[in-house]
Amino acid sequence: MPTLETTFAGIKCLNPFWLASAPPTNCGEQIMRAFDAGWGGAVWKTIGEPITNVSSRYSSIDWNGQKMMGFNNIELISDRPIEVNLREIAEVKRRYPKHVVIASLMVESKRETWHDIVQRAEDAGADGLELNFGCPHGMSERGMGSAVGQVPEYCEQITGWVKEKARTPVIVKLTPNISDIRIPARAAKRGGADALSAINTINSITSIDLDTLEPRPMVDGKSSHGGYCGPAVKPIALNMVQQVMSDPDAALPMSGIGGIGTWQDAAEFILLGSGTVQVCTAAMHYGYRIVEDMADGLQAWMRRKGYETLDDFRGLSLPKVREWKHLNLNYKVVAHIHESKCIGCDLCYTACWDGAHQCIHLDRTLPAPDHTRTPDMVAAESRGRISTTPIPKLDIDGAGVDGPYRTPLSRIPRVDEVECVGCNLCSLVCPVPECITMERIDTGLPPQTWEERVAAGIVPQNAGDAGNPNL
Amino acid sequence: MSEQTNFYSQSPGSAEIASRFPDLHPAFDKTAAVTEAHRCLYCFDAPCTAACPTHIDVPRFIKKIASDNLEGSAKTILDANILGASCSRACPVEVLCEGACVMHRYNKQPIEIGRLQRFAMDVLHESGAPLPFSPGKDTGKSVALIGGGPASLACAAELRRRGIRAEIFDARPLPGGLNTYGIAEYKLPLAESLREIDLLSQLGVEFRFNTTVDAAQLAALEASHNAVFLGLGLGAIHRLGIAGEETAGVTNALDYIAGYKSGEITSAPQRVAVIGAGNTAIDAANAAVRLGAREVHMVYRRGPEQMSAFAFEYEHAKQEGVKFLWHVMPIGLKGTDKVEALELVKLETTSDGSLVPKAGEEFSLPVDLIVLAIGQATHTEFLVAEGKASTVKLERGRILIDRATGQTSSPKYFAGGDCTNGGREVVDAVADGKRAGIGIAAWLEGQDANA
Repeated sequence: MPTLETTFAGIKCLNPFWLASAPPTNCGEQIMRAFDAGWGGAVWKTIGEPITNVSSRYSSIDWNGQKMMGFNNIELISDRPIEVNLREIAEVKRRYPKHVVIASLMVESKRETWHDIVQRAEDAGADGLELNFGCPHGMSERGMGSAVGQVPEYCEQITGWVKEKARTPVIVKLTPNISDIRIPARAAKRGGADALSAINTINSITSIDLDTLEPRPMVDGKSSHGGYCGPAVKPIALNMVQQVMSDPDAALPMSGIGGIGTWQDAAEFILLGSGTVQVCTAAMHYGYRIVEDMADGLQAWMRRKGYETLDDFRGLSLPKVREWKHLNLNYKVVAHIHESKCIGCDLCYTACWDGAHQCIHLDRTLPAPDHTRTPDMVAAESRGRISTTPIPKLDIDGAGVDGPYRTPLSRIPRVDEVECVGCNLCSLVCPVPECITMERIDTGLPPQTWEERVAAGIVPQNAGDAGNPNL
Repeated sequence: MSEQTNFYSQSPGSAEIASRFPDLHPAFDKTAAVTEAHRCLYCFDAPCTAACPTHIDVPRFIKKIASDNLEGSAKTILDANILGASCSRACPVEVLCEGACVMHRYNKQPIEIGRLQRFAMDVLHESGAPLPFSPGKDTGKSVALIGGGPASLACAAELRRRGIRAEIFDARPLPGGLNTYGIAEYKLPLAESLREIDLLSQLGVEFRFNTTVDAAQLAALEASHNAVFLGLGLGAIHRLGIAGEETAGVTNALDYIAGYKSGEITSAPQRVAVIGAGNTAIDAANAAVRLGAREVHMVYRRGPEQMSAFAFEYEHAKQEGVKFLWHVMPIGLKGTDKVEALELVKLETTSDGSLVPKAGEEFSLPVDLIVLAIGQATHTEFLVAEGKASTVKLERGRILIDRATGQTSSPKYFAGGDCTNGGREVVDAVADGKRAGIGIAAWLEGQDANA
């Protein structure tokens, strides 16, 4: 049986599933219930000088009937006194000694203040410290949170102050609200950080109330930019984790954060180098109980893949992310529609015509292939046809009364494999699993990248490169 | 001008009937509608739209429910089908849009198109908003429409939107034809049919009630109007042709259904026999059950495989508790002042496929009421009377039309609905009427161009 036990920056973990520093880790009572539900660790809601929060605080993006595909908050750090939080940390650690409690910290940018909070958090029994250099709203206006994370020099300096005092591992939490996340990551590493966590939330305005014209979440008629998270941000988070973990000057043990809610999400973050993963939105949506399937599902997947420990697959996908210029230009796939599975929705057809390369056609019942018929012509033909309710006694053949619900050939699209560029769009819009697969075509050509073509003089160096400081 | 325009308030209404015939398919509330709308895949050139005789753009109106554009949703429906509200309730969606839904091949649960359409139309009706269309600029043309059922109503709407006067003549005191009087109340309540026609009348459709048009009147209308639309429907239900049919306690399905829908019949006797096995027969049998009959039999000379009712209607009748007597034929009635029993004989199929009575297999079914539902005759005879034989051509009593335009063999006459198709659904009549309305307008324009 594979094990989920792991060691992160020297901290022993029952499993890699931590609750992120957020409302689900606001107090000891919550965290103890979370541990009972199966969470391996919790990063305490950020401790600092207590603040005053506004009402309301959250807003979200629903998508096609699914709630909270993206989530946004303008809540600040803990509004509870530091000593109350520290007392509860001690209580939790006394009762759950094997579970990981990380103290998330944010104080004003003074060396003594940081020394003091580090000392008190560790005295309370925290297994590690997470420096909140990422909070994008409110605190940043007071020179904390992302105001630190966005300035590499501050990031390095404060990490250094903390390391002067800390006896436990120091994790620096990075903000994504920056053009290149590797820059602050490198600064944290230079400052002596033992680990990183990424990403914090992304600056956002989620929506505007079309009756009142007020953005959400609304506070007395006004709003403020908030921090975006939830399933919508996972691709952004994965990209940033990969960027940091592929950079030797930045890479450290990584606690992956951003839209994680399932075991698949967790596996993906670990494949890009994460040692643990942190979860907030999914727990806020469905409660602590979600961790059961995250653990169960990840373990089952590890068993199927033959992995015994998280280390067996950590980072395995990193070498598979390359710069575009290293991709094989002679590799070709084309779409293949499995007719027996096609339900005739023809979403692939309309997507290919309007969103791709006009190489899927509805001409199987025509005498000859016809790539000149446009979607409008196809639809107009149907609209022009006279349909009647099938009535057995009036319709001699009685066709169509009770099915048989087979897809008519005329609605099963045909892919023009010569024209198909292999973009994947049709297979992405197809609602039926495995109905459209992308099949490799042998081009008869050896692998060749753009870089190799340039080196071989087959293509000229892009004239536009000259003078571009980004290249 | 038009006699009046608030039909809904004239609905006879009966609390008793309303309580005995609640919605077979309860309405969606907004949450349920939006959730269901999100299931729709938004097919390209959707099969549901192609299957709908009026070609309602189904994915479009469904996506508008999902996006909370309910005005746009209702307009999408009405643009294709002016009787979108009644069709949403009365249509046999199982063999139309929902039968064509690709979901049958996906997760086996077709989108509930009918209920979604009803939701969009209910919201419009409850909002009190007018139809999202206006009459066209007056062309000075006028059309007489004979019969006030769905075909004429749909035709009239198209005409009014094109600025052509539409004058509907109907034998009954209220408009709608079978839409108002002939559809099981648990599908389409009489009042709902009238409410929809109230909206339609805002387009300036004129109604002449209690008017049965005969050959002479038709000739006068032909002279006074630029075109005539024949939306006559079908005629009386066939008779059995056995002795005693005049006895009290023998009725026909159309009268029976119209009777309870208008509140004139509020209860059924203990034992009822319905003769026939079509959709109308099932409506009558279910009605008898709901009106309190203890035992309702449907009597049919063939077996369940041959019945003309839709399979889902048969299932529904079984659930209502209707019993079936297959392969039997009525041969007589017992009862002097009032019917007491139906005399039946079992049938067998001979080698050449014909049905013959089995000797010695006669039996008697005690009944208090017999409802005939063995198909309707046509009533187009007056069209061919008095030398008109050569103008509007008939075939087995049905008016022959050009399907695309509704034009008959007599250029000034157009037709649609049951009198042309032998008796299909409301939606088929609406589609016919719509095509004819467009066809008439095009023909009148052509006449002008030629003049």
